[in-house]
Amino acid sequence: MRIRVLLFALYRDLAGGRSELQLDVRDGSDAGAAIAELRAQSERFALLPERPVVAVNREYAGLDAVLRDGDELALLPPVAGG
Amino acid sequence: MRSWITDAPIDPTAVLDEVGSPADGAVLLFLGTVREENEGRAVSGMRYDAYVAMAEQVLGEIATEAAQQLGTERVAVVHRIGDLAIGDVSVALAVSAPHREPVFIAGRYLIEEIKRRLPVWKHEYYVEGESRWLAGTVPPGHA
Repeated sequence: MRIRVLLFALYRDLAGGRSELQLDVRDGSDAGAAIAELRAQSERFALLPERPVVAVNREYAGLDAVLRDGDELALLPPVAGG
Repeated sequence: MRSWITDAPIDPTAVLDEVGSPADGAVLLFLGTVREENEGRAVSGMRYDAYVAMAEQVLGEIATEAAQQLGTERVAVVHRIGDLAIGDVSVALAVSAPHREPVFIAGRYLIEEIKRRLPVWKHEYYVEGESRWLAGTVPPGHA
């Protein structure tokens, strides 16, 4: 299945400025497995943390959240609004 | 109740106009502004990045929670993104209620939860030329 990965702020810079990409992962993968797949794709992506805070379809989620085809997985650096 | 994310300058009066009622004897307006100094370094400006679609949703949730504490629906909160200069308003919130106690509680709740949960990031630019992403907060339950 294919998911959409979003990167923000520091993580976007680490990934060479990529803000969005499509990622093919095995059916039934959880968020943690998708991140492992992403980190294995290139030296730049390997700079991303193994266990970032994530959101699935715009809701905070755990790394054990099971993904579905077409899901939006966002990797969120520690937030700093205000 | 209204919550929104904007890339345009914030007009505090417009935020204030979202709240208030003949039933209310207490109105609170809070503004967060860009400071000229951080951790001993002179700041020239700030860029705010956000996961806008999620930030709109989370800000709406925070506003709903604040309204429950306030006891009225009269809550308005806005966060700005993009490039800001020293003194620019980055966040504005207004609440109103019949009496003063809940407006302080709800106002404090709004700004603290924004800092804890809103998916927004600050890139700080320094007068001497460097810049960096500011260290942030890990939202509760995600350490």
